[in-house]
Amino acid sequence: MAGTHAVPHDAHHASHGTRKSYVRGFVLSLVLTLIAFAVVMAGSERHGLVLGVITILAVAQLVVQLVYFLHLGAAPEQRNNTVIFVLTALLIANVIGLSLWVMHNANVNMMPTQMTPQAAMTRE
Amino acid sequence: MDIITTPAPAGADPHHHDHAHDDGSMTVFGFWVYLMTDCVIFGSLFATFGVLATSTAGGPGGRELFDLPYVGVETLLLLISSFTFGMGMLEMHAGRQDKLISWLAITFVFGAGFIGMEVREFAHLIADGAGPGRSAFLSAYFSLVGTHGLHVTAGLLWMAVTMHQVKRFGLDPVVRRRLACLSLFWHFLDLIWICVFTFVYLQGAM
Repeated sequence: MAGTHAVPHDAHHASHGTRKSYVRGFVLSLVLTLIAFAVVMAGSERHGLVLGVITILAVAQLVVQLVYFLHLGAAPEQRNNTVIFVLTALLIANVIGLSLWVMHNANVNMMPTQMTPQAAMTRE
Repeated sequence: MDIITTPAPAGADPHHHDHAHDDGSMTVFGFWVYLMTDCVIFGSLFATFGVLATSTAGGPGGRELFDLPYVGVETLLLLISSFTFGMGMLEMHAGRQDKLISWLAITFVFGAGFIGMEVREFAHLIADGAGPGRSAFLSAYFSLVGTHGLHVTAGLLWMAVTMHQVKRFGLDPVVRRRLACLSLFWHFLDLIWICVFTFVYLQGAM
């Protein structure tokens, strides 16, 4: 029992990562970050397109770091963490998405359009 | 007699089962659950920021305030620190205590560099009259980025304490468990930062 305990658990290796997997995660993150900054700093006027591209790059980098740094995956010892993460992500997507949607509608339908910010601030 | 003796191995089995779960994995799982609740806090702050991003009250917006190359360097510091922490964890699994402490020290330096740059950035904004009281946009900005910064600061303190514990107690199961939790915390903060630099700085500077 004591003998088997001293040996590093090979079965847990997937949840620890290796030097290679960390380097791979790091290089991918670095590349995704540089592309995101480069795309915005190029100063394109097509804001919708640029926003779409940097959103995709951010999601890609989140996945890269979740897999290579936080070791999420479908393996049995990772499954609990992965499931609870997916549920949290769903919850957050709802909170953010619905907040933006509700407040956008509120702004569009109820904002006193004739008032400037200066007028609003100087009003007692 | 048979009836009395047969439960014995069956009784030993749940014990073994308990033992298998007593290696700290449940603690680390519990810590992961905590991180997910932390994630919900950041989610709410991001939602707030998203709603208020254009509410500048006639004050400066992201385009005037954010210095992208500066934020890029901050991002690199945090990303490198996440990687060096991973290297440290590999040394922990290999049982090389001295190398682990060296990697943790390197991680600490990069993390401290990140916090130093962020504090300097905040000080500049406040000095330029773009403090959290200037507009709803800036209140939301300081709350979101400041909360992340506080987490990183807490992580640095935790790292300093853990480095001391590794030196003092060696790599016993308790210290290993704490390192596993801290590593999740540190990588998690880099994840949050990906969203911050994308949706606060890059989108704001567009």
